[in-house]
Amino acid sequence: MKKLIILLISVAVLASCGQQKSESSGDGSKKVTLTAAGATFPMPFYNLAFKKYTEESGLLLTYGGIGSGGGIRSLKDKVVDFGATDAFLSDEELAEIPLKVVHIPTCIGAVVIAYNLPGVAELKLSDKLLEGIFLGDITKWNDEKIKNENPSAKLPDMNITVVYRSDGSGTTHIFSDYMTKISKSWAEKVGTGKSLNWPAGIGAKGNPGVAGTISQSAGSIGYIGSEYAFAQNISYALVQNMAGNYVKPTNESISASAKGDIPADTRVMITNSSDPDAYPISGFTWIIFYREQAYDGRTIGQAVETIKFLEWLIGPDAQAIAESVHYAPLPEKAVELSREILKSITFEGKPVLK
Amino acid sequence: MKSEKITKYVLFAVSLIILLIFAGMVFSLAGGAMPVFKEYGLKFIFSADWNPTTGRESYGALPFIAGTLITSILALLICFPLSFSTSLFIAEYYHKTRVASVLGTMVDLLAGIPSIVYGLWGFYALRPVIIALGLSDQGFGIFTSSIILAIMIIPYATSLSNEIITMVPNELKEAAYSLGATRFEVIFNVIIPNARSGIVASYILALGRALGETMAVTMLIGNANIIPDGLFSTGNTMASLIANQFGEADGLKLSALIAIGLLLFLITAVVNAIGKYIIKKLS
Repeated sequence: MKKLIILLISVAVLASCGQQKSESSGDGSKKVTLTAAGATFPMPFYNLAFKKYTEESGLLLTYGGIGSGGGIRSLKDKVVDFGATDAFLSDEELAEIPLKVVHIPTCIGAVVIAYNLPGVAELKLSDKLLEGIFLGDITKWNDEKIKNENPSAKLPDMNITVVYRSDGSGTTHIFSDYMTKISKSWAEKVGTGKSLNWPAGIGAKGNPGVAGTISQSAGSIGYIGSEYAFAQNISYALVQNMAGNYVKPTNESISASAKGDIPADTRVMITNSSDPDAYPISGFTWIIFYREQAYDGRTIGQAVETIKFLEWLIGPDAQAIAESVHYAPLPEKAVELSREILKSITFEGKPVLK
Repeated sequence: MKSEKITKYVLFAVSLIILLIFAGMVFSLAGGAMPVFKEYGLKFIFSADWNPTTGRESYGALPFIAGTLITSILALLICFPLSFSTSLFIAEYYHKTRVASVLGTMVDLLAGIPSIVYGLWGFYALRPVIIALGLSDQGFGIFTSSIILAIMIIPYATSLSNEIITMVPNELKEAAYSLGATRFEVIFNVIIPNARSGIVASYILALGRALGETMAVTMLIGNANIIPDGLFSTGNTMASLIANQFGEADGLKLSALIAIGLLLFLITAVVNAIGKYIIKKLS
């Protein structure tokens, strides 16, 4: 009997070893496919861009919208060629990963404050109103404070339902980064992060989940990636920026928020921009990948295709696609910095791009 | 003789695999949950504070344990009158009639509907009803989730109860009739006492299913990480929390989610043990 158990265990161990080996030693096959995963916020852009690139180059690309945190973890676990995230990795997070990770931005997106109020076509939100509503202090739509900012709107006697992301999300990170900058009590009570301890409201999963919940629930308000609001025709509010202007999220106002300085590693938050035309809840979204591409049995072919694709993604063709789905294209400065980063990518120590 | 031995060994080996899988699951869950129990000790189970924000992390499982138990038990209470009367209808009153077989098939079909479809139906059909009745603002919460769960577990409770009720020996029923008992008396004095341990078992099975349900609950409960303070309050369950937050969790948060998985495993085990005990007492 003992022998039988030993036999069974050894078979199981052998089987698992064999599988690991075959997974890690990727064979040098001719047909290269690239796998990526991460943020859902830029997904409408990535879906179109990836499809276009596949049509033009024949390279097979897949993108899994599993959230920014998932994108970071997938890169850490080395199961993707590159990850995508709306929240750049902090210095601590970078230090945790043994290999050097680099970021390049791919477009600028806005997080819009979407709401569902029958008969209210325009809603203006100041810092104080955003703070009050999302902290759960203002609970009625016909509250005096909202009326004062929106004298012409017919605000109903209805309870406010805040809708937030129940999963970890880069969209939440951009939104909470902005809230932390404009509100002291938000900074104290809630803070910045990919998932938060919400003082009020209900959670829904993913940008599509929040968009669906808002469009189905009168009296609700929440934050979503702009394209999701545009595509589903959900109303969104004008947000007061640092200069005091109420701004609508448009390509121009989103681009305006990126006029400031960008550091060489492109890791920068551009919320609450001081530009008078800027929409204040904007952010870059990044692709993350390893500087040294020879890891985990990857072939030189995979490395070259990855970098070639990324170079295309920040180029004019792909940026035009981004604009068509309401993301603002990268400013010239960001494109230059990204090119520099792509040039620094190596395979076994030698630069991938010649 | 030889074939007998081979059969014995094969059966032993196969059941050993199940045992190994079970042990492996407990082992990896316990291993993954270690860091959070080391950090918080038993306070993890009794703390209601769940804050995943970087820099101010704090994890407590109580809101989700409460949400899971409340929705599941409420679902069982809503399900019981529906499924018990259906069982009597199919297995006793209209046994072997066409109506009963159509109804029986329909109940079984309920078990085949994917969880996400229940969730969508709850979101688009049930929620507006809850709002129209004025029970809650947006229709999300404990009560809505419990109704969906109740519908989802009806087939599990009904099918097994049907089998048990039809298995009550005809001799017993006929003897009762010949003594002048009415149909009502036969059901309550002969069938139920004879079948009760099996009926309890079927509801334990249904409860187990409700405890672990994820997708439909996530869509309807509101995903607020608080202890529900009423029937129409929002909340969250253990399975739903794991499904929502697992994707981007790492470090202590990942450990906290695994620990919640382990606790869910233990709760299911306890529910089963209580069920076994009741069945033993009754039979």
